[in-house]
Amino acid sequence: MSTLSSKHLLTMSDLSCEDIYSILNTARTFKVVNDRAIKKLPTLRGRTVVNLFLEPSTRTRTSFEIAAKRLSADGINFAASASATTKGESLIDTAQTLDAMDCDLVVIRHRYAGAPHTLTQHMRAHIINGGDGKHQHPTQALLDLFTMREHFGHIQNLNVAIVGDIAHSRVFGSLAPALVALGAQVTAIAPPTLLPARPDALGAQIASRLDEVIADFDVIYMLRIQQERIEESPFPSLREYAMLYGINASRLARMKPDAIIMHPGPVNRGVELSSEAVDTARNLLLYQVNAGVAVRMALMYLLLGGEQDGLAA
Amino acid sequence: MALLLKGARCVDPLLGLDGVRDILVRDGRIVEIGEAGTVTLPKGQTIDLSGKVLVPGLVDMHVHLREPGQEYKEDIASGGRAAARGGFTTVLAMPNTLPICDRGSAVTFVLDRAREVTRTRVSVAGSLTRGLMGEALAEMGDMAHAGAIAFTDDGRGVQDASMMRRAMDYARTFDVPVLSHCQDETLSRGGVVNEGLVSTRLGLTGWPAAAEEIQIARDIVLSELTSCALHLQHVSTAAGVELVRAAKAKGLSVSCEVTPHHLFLSEDDLDESYDTKLKMNPPLRTRDDCALLIEALRDGTVDCIASDHAPHAAHEKALEFELAPFGTTGLETSLALVLTHLVRPGILDWTDLVRLMAHNPRRILGLPEVSLKAHAIADLTVIDPVCEWTVGEDGFESKSANSAFVGQTLTGRATHVFVGGFASLEDGKVVA
Repeated sequence: MSTLSSKHLLTMSDLSCEDIYSILNTARTFKVVNDRAIKKLPTLRGRTVVNLFLEPSTRTRTSFEIAAKRLSADGINFAASASATTKGESLIDTAQTLDAMDCDLVVIRHRYAGAPHTLTQHMRAHIINGGDGKHQHPTQALLDLFTMREHFGHIQNLNVAIVGDIAHSRVFGSLAPALVALGAQVTAIAPPTLLPARPDALGAQIASRLDEVIADFDVIYMLRIQQERIEESPFPSLREYAMLYGINASRLARMKPDAIIMHPGPVNRGVELSSEAVDTARNLLLYQVNAGVAVRMALMYLLLGGEQDGLAA
Repeated sequence: MALLLKGARCVDPLLGLDGVRDILVRDGRIVEIGEAGTVTLPKGQTIDLSGKVLVPGLVDMHVHLREPGQEYKEDIASGGRAAARGGFTTVLAMPNTLPICDRGSAVTFVLDRAREVTRTRVSVAGSLTRGLMGEALAEMGDMAHAGAIAFTDDGRGVQDASMMRRAMDYARTFDVPVLSHCQDETLSRGGVVNEGLVSTRLGLTGWPAAAEEIQIARDIVLSELTSCALHLQHVSTAAGVELVRAAKAKGLSVSCEVTPHHLFLSEDDLDESYDTKLKMNPPLRTRDDCALLIEALRDGTVDCIASDHAPHAAHEKALEFELAPFGTTGLETSLALVLTHLVRPGILDWTDLVRLMAHNPRRILGLPEVSLKAHAIADLTVIDPVCEWTVGEDGFESKSANSAFVGQTLTGRATHVFVGGFASLEDGKVVA
């Protein structure tokens, strides 16, 4: 029994605004627990959580692993090749195999969009999407929302810029519509070669010249430039990208005085963020990482039936 | 043996015919057609077709029969049965088999095999370039002599403009049309759905309309340059149809087809379920495109409806959306979809249907005319216009079940198909 309106978290649209606030509020409680010397709760004792990571990932997988352990769940990592064509076993067969082992919750990361949905059709377990292709990365969006809310006290009316490789970003796919649903404004800022066909489908306005609008935003969310994209030449060089879109000391000075920088990590120092912009106190990158554990704990707890043991005080 | 087909509503726009007639068939040809009750049968079989509609045999000029090489998806026998079940007397087989149909012996194989295993008439399109590689001319002369009636690199499209020009110049020698699959791979690379709202929402790489339209425009220009008859396959975008309209207005020898899936499905049918049965090449476009394709069917810009019947095994389609192969089966649903969505609501009439699914494809391919008059070849399709059925409920004649329309309830279906006077479909049952 999930105490959320959805059994699974595949896309942010599975969650109502009440669900989102419920997760963020629960995460706040867990964050307090995470600050203690003894961080472990018995909440999910006896439950089995599988991390099915079919695409390389260290940060997200580790965060889910820590979250499961802190809730006393039995966490198992299941790594396999990403595609049927290389490994011989299809995703459906993998799903049925895991289902036969009676796991309670599966976190899946996959390089192809829609893979988490396939799992729901072949498993009884709750499914959390840990990132699927260019589609969605909902737990990243939740930890980002948590970070903004804790920092500003609210999400409504925040003016958020998301800058960078929007076209290939599952972070954008999850975060932009959720921010809009909660009453924030979102602007996607990138050269047109890095914008998807219809950013408006995700609720965002667009801009291509960062310097003209940089002073408007409460949050400047910098996406990672993935080196492998460079081959497609969406911009002439990393140097020029940094010149036009990177946050450096000069742009930092032109941001709103109380504006913050966020980043999903890992950072390309000197590309989307200069060292000054990484290391400034206005960059909440590490706060995001820290919040990620609490948010994932909250999500697992609520999906697996938050009423069961109650929150240990 | 003679056969009397009694009491069907007979429709044939070539003759301005739309009325109840009796048709007497003997030795593979129509020998007499007359007002109901005026034709008598001395000896033979009589079939009462009252309430049915009888039309010249339907032609699907775009099918993948998969033999040789991929018989686990389909073979000529099963494809022939699927054609009969769907009301078709004649199909045009595409050359992307294994090996590729790019030489005379390959054409001969398909034609010989078809005569052996199916009553459905199977015509063959050979490849334009060797191995569908787009680099060197295929042996079109050899294939034409073996009986190929069109040439195409369907499934890929010729990328190099000078190669396409040479292929069209060369094909002209044999007086057969070049069928063009329009896809500029430098623009469509990696694309699995239409570029737009849905590619953005689902995080899938877009296959922009421009990738199709640029090659449509290129090939129309090359058709003018080379005087080669050009037929554009599965046109899916409104602007693509506009280009065809302009080419026709200019008097060029250009024709085009649309598929039922591009008429009746749009990208909006793709939801978070990532249903691979809806993965098509070209991809399902927007609802506006569907509406404008239907408009172009009405005004004659689109010449015919072809299904691009593309059978795939269940395990191939049961993959992640980005990995699954493109295509839907179509032979068994094409007619019923057109009846349900276009003829029944009055958007097209029966004469349009005959034009789009029988006369025009024969004309484009240079096949012998089939008309409801004495001496004509008795290739006939009989349709029950009111029966309701659900796609997939009784399985398929095709070896593959990857129909994008599974579960839909349709109205109207073929009950009888006669090929050269012999039934390939009788009372809804495939024979031989």
